[in-house]
Parts: sequence; structure tokens; C-alpha cells
Amino acid sequence: MTQPSTIAIPSGVGFDVRRVQDDFPALHQEVHGKPLVYLDSAATTLKPQTVIDTVSDVYARDCSNIHRAVHLLSQRATARYEDAREKVRSFLNAKSSTEVIFTRGTTESINLVAQSWARTFLQEGDEVLVTELEHHSNIVPWQIVCQQVGAELIVVPMTDRGEILREAFEERLSSRTRLVAMAHVSNALGTVLPVEELIELAHEKRALVLLDGAQAVSHISVDVQALDCDFYAFSGHKLYGPTGVGVLYGRERLLEGMPPYQGGGDMIRSVTFAETIYNDLPYKFEAGTPNVAGAIGLGAAIDYFRSLDLDAVRAHESAVLQYATEALESVSGLRLIGTAPGKVASASFLMDAVHPHDIGTIVDSEGVAIRTGHHCAQPVMEHFGIAATARASLGMYNTTEDIDALVRALHKVQELFG
Amino acid sequence: MDLRELYQEVILDHGKNPRNHRFPEHHNREGRGYNPLCGDKIALRLQLDGDTIRDVGFVGHGCAISQASCSTMTEAVKGKTVEEAEALFSKFHAMVMGEDGADDDSDSLGKLVVFAGVREFPMRVKCATLGWHTLNHALRDEGGEATTE
Repeated sequence: MTQPSTIAIPSGVGFDVRRVQDDFPALHQEVHGKPLVYLDSAATTLKPQTVIDTVSDVYARDCSNIHRAVHLLSQRATARYEDAREKVRSFLNAKSSTEVIFTRGTTESINLVAQSWARTFLQEGDEVLVTELEHHSNIVPWQIVCQQVGAELIVVPMTDRGEILREAFEERLSSRTRLVAMAHVSNALGTVLPVEELIELAHEKRALVLLDGAQAVSHISVDVQALDCDFYAFSGHKLYGPTGVGVLYGRERLLEGMPPYQGGGDMIRSVTFAETIYNDLPYKFEAGTPNVAGAIGLGAAIDYFRSLDLDAVRAHESAVLQYATEALESVSGLRLIGTAPGKVASASFLMDAVHPHDIGTIVDSEGVAIRTGHHCAQPVMEHFGIAATARASLGMYNTTEDIDALVRALHKVQELFG
Repeated sequence: MDLRELYQEVILDHGKNPRNHRFPEHHNREGRGYNPLCGDKIALRLQLDGDTIRDVGFVGHGCAISQASCSTMTEAVKGKTVEEAEALFSKFHAMVMGEDGADDDSDSLGKLVVFAGVREFPMRVKCATLGWHTLNHALRDEGGEATTE
């Protein structure tokens, strides 16, 4: 194995990675007696202290249910929850905060659209278009609803580099396509899809477009009005926020016409046994007590994230990914899976004669946390004729030193299996 | 935690060159195994002669732990009765799960004791038991697919 060549990293104008690292307490620990090197941010990002403190503070000070009681704690919690919604609106540049629905995460956001919009408006002969590189959570909800209504699921194939090309997309798109559901960024490969172009093509055929933004929000800027997408889904925990909270953005006009996803408290205006009148947006889609502290914590994560120079954050991440790509390619017998130009934040790879799970266990013993497995994207694995990959994925707190630690750990893998 | 506890020479050897990594010429039982956690798949066939496992082999792919476990398992159960093979699985299972008193049985496990280190790696227990679950499935002639879940 040769040492990776050194790439000059722009000297952090506007972004001080050491200071950012100080904000993430989980980074500062040892695992198996070695300093933790966390390279699994595509699974979940670590949380800055301000998010942890905010969630704790909600429970310590403002613990109450929202939208109900007249007492002060409830007023404070309600105000903070709605304030978080406004922060999400501003983050996505949605027109109105009524277009922002809090969910449990990306998966629930997608299921909401499948069961409310698609189940109501799709019928036999209609088609839902997905791509080959989707996460299972952007495949299975559509399989379920297609079966329910007799619609067909059509798959846009990807290239061997892991790209979705306009031509392949156009070939599968037709006048029968009612909805396109696709990743903004691939979780298994890091590919950034050319969504602006694909959305325009879909709209020409009068199809709606849902973007799965789970892997995008922390790495590329998202403006739902500029994108002109109809639905956008993401999870808080991949944006340095808490687990168990996510967002569905939907165009107001579409959300207005959709029936509730779940029935329960808070989503109604009045209930009698004869008739129930549903609440206005966005509450119509937020049945039951929501993840109050989680949503407020997500608001804090957005505040933290936007307090940084995001162009500088992205330049830093892109430089570390480039360094990682070259460093990994220099490891003998290592093959990168997913090599689309312009990809972000993830490097999936295989090593000769070593199964990804063995790689994962061995590098873990060196303190390096990576993900191994099919990444909930089995069709992607099938495309490459493999069962699993090892994946190193980046957050803004990662540095080239982390990549060096990974490469040293991969050296250990080769020693053991050599 | 010592990696060598997990990746013992025997395991590395069997992982790299699994024994009985082929289907037997004749078989009357078959099992398929799937670990949904990692996507690993194996298929196992065996020739049951009365109550005795005359021949057994497997094909498929997986990590060093799962391949070595399948390999050593096929060696261990060949020539054994169904009851003996099942008893061996119970002991093996107790060992990798780190159950109380499991160590007392280590003598009867023979070469399979090299998997004792797996108990320190809870995420890898399923790798070590995939082959055994599949064998169990084949012996019971259940059809379908054994999973580690």
C-alpha cells in the first residue's frame, strides 16, 4: 500500500474545522482505546452541543403538550415548535410555513405522500417513476401504493458510474407518469442527481416530483422554489439534528387537496360521530402529539448550520472527499463503487478477498466507524453484482487526518487477511 | 478487545478456503440461508442416509466469519446423526451467545471453539450462526429460506 498523495486543503477561509469539532462532544471520545474517527455521517450525523442543550432545555423548562393548554409552559413550547417550523421554511425557502409538515423522518414523509396523495389520485394504468439508486424508503412505499391502486412502478436505470442520465430518464418518462420519486443525493454512492433538469422534464409531462433529500440537505443547498419540486422530504438527524423528527415540504395547493394521512388529535377542527372536520394545514397532517423537543432541536440544528459559512463548509467537505478518493484509490486491491462526477460526501468501496463486514469490524477496532452492508439500497448492490460495500461518509467535522486513520486501518485489514 | 480473538488462524484459513464449498453429488435435503443485515446468501445441500448426514456442502458468499463457520460446520456434522448435529448447534449457539455455562461444553465442540471470540462482537453473532440456521432448516426439510432474524 502506498501513502496517499497530499492535496492542499484550502486554508479554511470562513470555516474553522477545529472549532466546529469542539462543538461536537461525541467526537471527543475513545473507542476500543483509540480516538474515535467518525466516518458514518450518511447514516446519522453527530450532534452539536447546542442541539443537545436545546432538546434538554425543552424537557427541563418547557415540557408540555402543544396547541392545547392555556398554561404558560404550553404557550412557550408551542411558540418554540412553531418557531422551528419557520426555521425549516426559511432553510428550504418554502413560500409558507403551512407547507412544512413535521414527520418522524424521511421515511414517514414519503409514506405520507404515497398513502395520502398517491393512494387517492392514482389509478390503474398510471405510472410512478423511481430510479435504480433509490434507498428502500423511496421504493417500498411506492410498491405498496402501486399494488393498492393498480399503478405501475417504473425504474430509471443508472450507469456503471452510478449516474442517472437525462436520456435514460426521458426514455422511461411518459404521459402515464403521474409522479417521479427520486433521491436528490444517493445514500449508497453519493451521486448528486441532475434534479433541476429532470424536474423540468417531469413537469412537461404533467407529472409531480418528490425529492428524497435525506442525503442532500447537509451537503448541498436546497431551495424548493428554485428547484420547483412538488414534495421534498428530509430527516433531522442527517442535518446535525435529533433522531425521530423529519420534514415533508409540499406545495400548499397539493397538500390542501390531500386527505389526512393519520387520524387523531390535533389534526381535527371538530369531531362528532356524524362528521369530523379536519384542521388546516399543516396540522391536518400532524395527528397526535408530535416530537416537540425533536422539532425544536431540529430548529437549533438549522440555526447552528446556517451560522456557518456554508460555501466554505462545502468547499471543505469536497476537498476532504477528493483527498479520500485519491487515498482510497492508492490502497492496493481497493475498488470504489460509485464514481459519478460531482458526487458528495460518500466513498463506497470493496477490497479484494475481504468482505465488507470484516473490513467494518477490523477498522472499528482501530477506532474508525464506517458503515458496511447494502445501505438499504439492494437494487444498487444488484446492479454491481455485489451483496454489500464498505462506505466512509463525511460530515463537516471530518478532516484529511480522519482519512489517513481510515487508510491506516485498511492497512491492518490487509495485514490480517494478506 | 483483541481482533485475533475473533479472527483466529483457523477462521482466516477456512474463510479463505472454505471446505465442502460445493454441492454434494447426491442430496435429499436442501436449505437456503439469508442474512438480511448484510445481504449474505448461502445454499446448503446434504445427503441424509437414514438418520446420518452422509455428505454436506454449501455454496454462497459472505464474510470470513460466516464462510469459516459454514466450512467448519460441514466438517463437524459430516457422519453425525441429526440428533448429534442439533446438539452441536445448541452448544455452538450457547457459546457464541456467551450463555452461562457454555464454556463447560467447549471440549465437545472440538475445532468449533475458535468461534468463542464471536461473543465479544455481538454484531457478528449472526454471521457465525447463518450456516447453522440453514443446516437446521435443511434437516427439518422446511423449504423456503432460513434467516438470521
